[in-house]
Amino acid sequence: MGNDILMTVNWSRAQFALTAMYHWIFVPLTLGLSFLVAFFESIYVKTGDESWKKLTKFWMTLFGINFAIGVATGIIMEFQFGTNWSNYSWMVGDIFGAPLAVEGIFAFFLEATFFAVMFFGWERASKRFHLFSTWMVAIGSNLSAVWILVANGWMQNPVAMAFNPDKARFEMQNFFDVALSPTAVQKFTHTTSSSFLLASLFVMGISGLFLLQNRHKEMAKRSMVVASVLGLVSSGFAAFNGDESAFHIAHRQPMKLAAMEGLYTGTEKAPIVAMGIINPDKKPGDNLPAFKQEVIVPGMLSLLANRDPNSFVPGINDLVYGNPTRKIVGAQERIASGKIAVAELAKYKEAKKAGDQAGAQAALALFNQHKDNLGYGYLNRPEEAVPPVALTFYAFHIMVGLGTFFPIVFLCVLFCSVRGTLENHRWLSAICFACLFLGYVASQAGWVVAEVGRQPWAIEGLLPVGVASTAIAAGSVKTTFFIFLFLFTGLLIAEIGIMVKQIKIGPEA
Amino acid sequence: MIGNLDITVLQQLWWLIASVVGSLFLMLTFVQGGQTLIFTLPASEEEKSLIVNAMGRKWELTFTTLVLFGGALFAAFPLFYATSFGGAYWVWMLILFTFVLQAVSYEYRKKPNNVLGARTYEIFMFLNGSVGILLIGAAVGTFFTGSRFSLGTYNQVTWGTPYHGLEAALNYFNVAFGLFLVFLARTLGALYLVNHVNHEALVARARKASLINLALSLPFLLTVLYGLLTMPGFAVDPATGVVSLEQGKYLHNLLGMPIVLVLLLVGLVSVVWGVVATALLNKNRGIWFGGLGTVLVGLAVFSLAGYHGTAFYPSLTDLQSSLTIYNASSSKFTLTVMSYVALGVPFVLAYVAYVWRVMDSKQLTLAELTTGEDARKMY
Ligand code: HEM
Repeated sequence: MGNDILMTVNWSRAQFALTAMYHWIFVPLTLGLSFLVAFFESIYVKTGDESWKKLTKFWMTLFGINFAIGVATGIIMEFQFGTNWSNYSWMVGDIFGAPLAVEGIFAFFLEATFFAVMFFGWERASKRFHLFSTWMVAIGSNLSAVWILVANGWMQNPVAMAFNPDKARFEMQNFFDVALSPTAVQKFTHTTSSSFLLASLFVMGISGLFLLQNRHKEMAKRSMVVASVLGLVSSGFAAFNGDESAFHIAHRQPMKLAAMEGLYTGTEKAPIVAMGIINPDKKPGDNLPAFKQEVIVPGMLSLLANRDPNSFVPGINDLVYGNPTRKIVGAQERIASGKIAVAELAKYKEAKKAGDQAGAQAALALFNQHKDNLGYGYLNRPEEAVPPVALTFYAFHIMVGLGTFFPIVFLCVLFCSVRGTLENHRWLSAICFACLFLGYVASQAGWVVAEVGRQPWAIEGLLPVGVASTAIAAGSVKTTFFIFLFLFTGLLIAEIGIMVKQIKIGPEA
Repeated sequence: MIGNLDITVLQQLWWLIASVVGSLFLMLTFVQGGQTLIFTLPASEEEKSLIVNAMGRKWELTFTTLVLFGGALFAAFPLFYATSFGGAYWVWMLILFTFVLQAVSYEYRKKPNNVLGARTYEIFMFLNGSVGILLIGAAVGTFFTGSRFSLGTYNQVTWGTPYHGLEAALNYFNVAFGLFLVFLARTLGALYLVNHVNHEALVARARKASLINLALSLPFLLTVLYGLLTMPGFAVDPATGVVSLEQGKYLHNLLGMPIVLVLLLVGLVSVVWGVVATALLNKNRGIWFGGLGTVLVGLAVFSLAGYHGTAFYPSLTDLQSSLTIYNASSSKFTLTVMSYVALGVPFVLAYVAYVWRVMDSKQLTLAELTTGEDARKMY
């Protein structure tokens, strides 16, 4: 039985990862390209130049193809919380449900309503109303990101809530604190800026291809100017708020930060590993080196985590086994306390049922002393509190590495555009084309950091994934996993087929 | 101000809001209904494209309303969201699959190099309009017929059958409800076409189709009504929250809430009038009566399930695990916050209506599909 539960949880996790990663192939392009299209159309309306209209329509066609599959892969994300994570849904629905509903009311309807005008309204709506609609689609898509990221931010950093022992759930205490928590704000700013970046790379990649093929050169060059400006600005933002994110992670999810940098033993003047190969045999608590090869920059991690290069940054071992000198309570100790919380909660429930008021009060008092460690009570070994280190580390380094490389590309493109020499540097067009794919790699890697790095928690410190899932036979989840795998892969192939064809056809004559 | 309301009032208010969204969804299933007409109604590929494009302007609205329905239930009645979606796993999954298929079908059907071929995407649309709606109907049917589940101490759901919700399709009432919704959607789809496209022959056939589909829906409607009036229902004692079986419960609800009886009757008459006006009197605006009538009928159905001391998601295995709008809801704080959020809904409705008018002021023609400025993007 225990094994079956574990299988269910792991298949549910696999399914969530699969569907989320598929969904995230399409969403960042929607977020960014919607704005680029709005820029293009604004230029058209301002100048009245028909070639800008043609350009707008071309990118809009690609936007539509991508948008449809984004919607298709998205609906499952909303309902999956209920189907596969029903305990989670009950335990935090009071907080988590609200942003999802707000998203539906304020964001999805904007997108859905104005999308039809954007695509089929060139003749039916006035020029200005059409432009307005295009902007509304862009704003609507980005607003929908706000609310789902508020929800995600709350899972990473659960604020403004209290546990209700009678209902066995967490309840919201302050909506604004949930909506405006720093984690939510950073999630939003980093996600949108990195998505604008990705969309800029997409536009530059396809434009670069046109230049290499000597087709639609004017359109390609115009698109590249706008995209490189947006790309450059958003690279700056992404790096800035990525750094802010890391700063907050250092304080709210120190285990994630330690995994991102493969730091096992906490230290002052902690270095950043600029490049490294993780030692696969390394386990928490042993004496093996963490890396096989590494290039470090001393003090940088301390600077990033505490804005002070000499400060102390805790490592995985400190967080697992505790470090009394640094006043760090480890997972080991928290598990012991958490087990008391779990047991007292059960006693409280039983006493209540039996009408034993005094017993219930006593149990509740003890529960309250230990409730902050409730989630740890469901773990068995302190090492279970450690996320997969190698995956988190590599994903983080790939993202940051690419995040450092992209602005260089944007700068080169902008520079050559201004000087009018873009066509002469075919290598640059080739790099742009390659970056189209690298943008997706960076973006997916970002979510791997955020989500793998917070395992085993569905809600940081409060609810491990193992307790969050639905009690359903593993076979059922396995079946839906494979259905999604085939379905989404099939649709992705179709999408790429259509996209490639439209790029071949190019803008309307 | 909303903060001063009693939690029971908020719970009732949120059941009403969820009911309105659910009923609007039922009205908007004219899109799904239209999707099931594409193999029989048109006489040529061009006519088929007209239908697809007419529906294609609106499919996202229906889809988004479904998503909002899910979101609203999650926020206001999380225990229902957790219990039903987690428990009746397979029903919901199958419904979702059909909506996944729908979401790509419009955009990809006519695009060159679409790998699967236009026909496949048309079949996807058909599946969404038939299987998808049938299962939604069956799922709503369980609001009255109940499901086999129980809730643990911490409210975790344990489902009593290995079919995880598919067993709902074995109950005559649920199936009748589902088939009624399918034919109602087809009726509405035909009514919408009459009003929205400019093509004499196709419109003439759509007029006839609206009548035929209404007639086909009638036996299922009667089965549902008969079932509702005679079946035992799940009553909740307001003081203790204890759930018990009550003979003729839904009949009592109807008589106890005359407004619901009025909603139901006016709704049904309105749908019938919409069809009669369209099919027999050659009017074009029957869809408005059909749509409004559907909303009223939907409201009546949800009211019967949730109000008047009734458990809206009953458990057959353990009566006391049944969900009521009182035991399944969010906290007072969340319901209050959400009520403030809901104040934005009229604003949303206003711009949806405005855009609808802008886009539908002229009927869709074949010329627009083939030679219009947006021709390349047509579905
Ligand atoms: C120098 C640059 C960058 C830094 C310092 C940085 C930093 C971070 C950090 C610390 C996280 C984890 C946040 C969390 O777990 O809560 C993150 C997540 C993420 N990153 Fe980056 N990043 C950079 C560049 C990029 C680039 C270039 C992209 C994509 C084009 C990207 C896309 C993402 C995404 C999609 C996430 C997940 C969403 C989130 O957690 O905010 N990042 N990044």
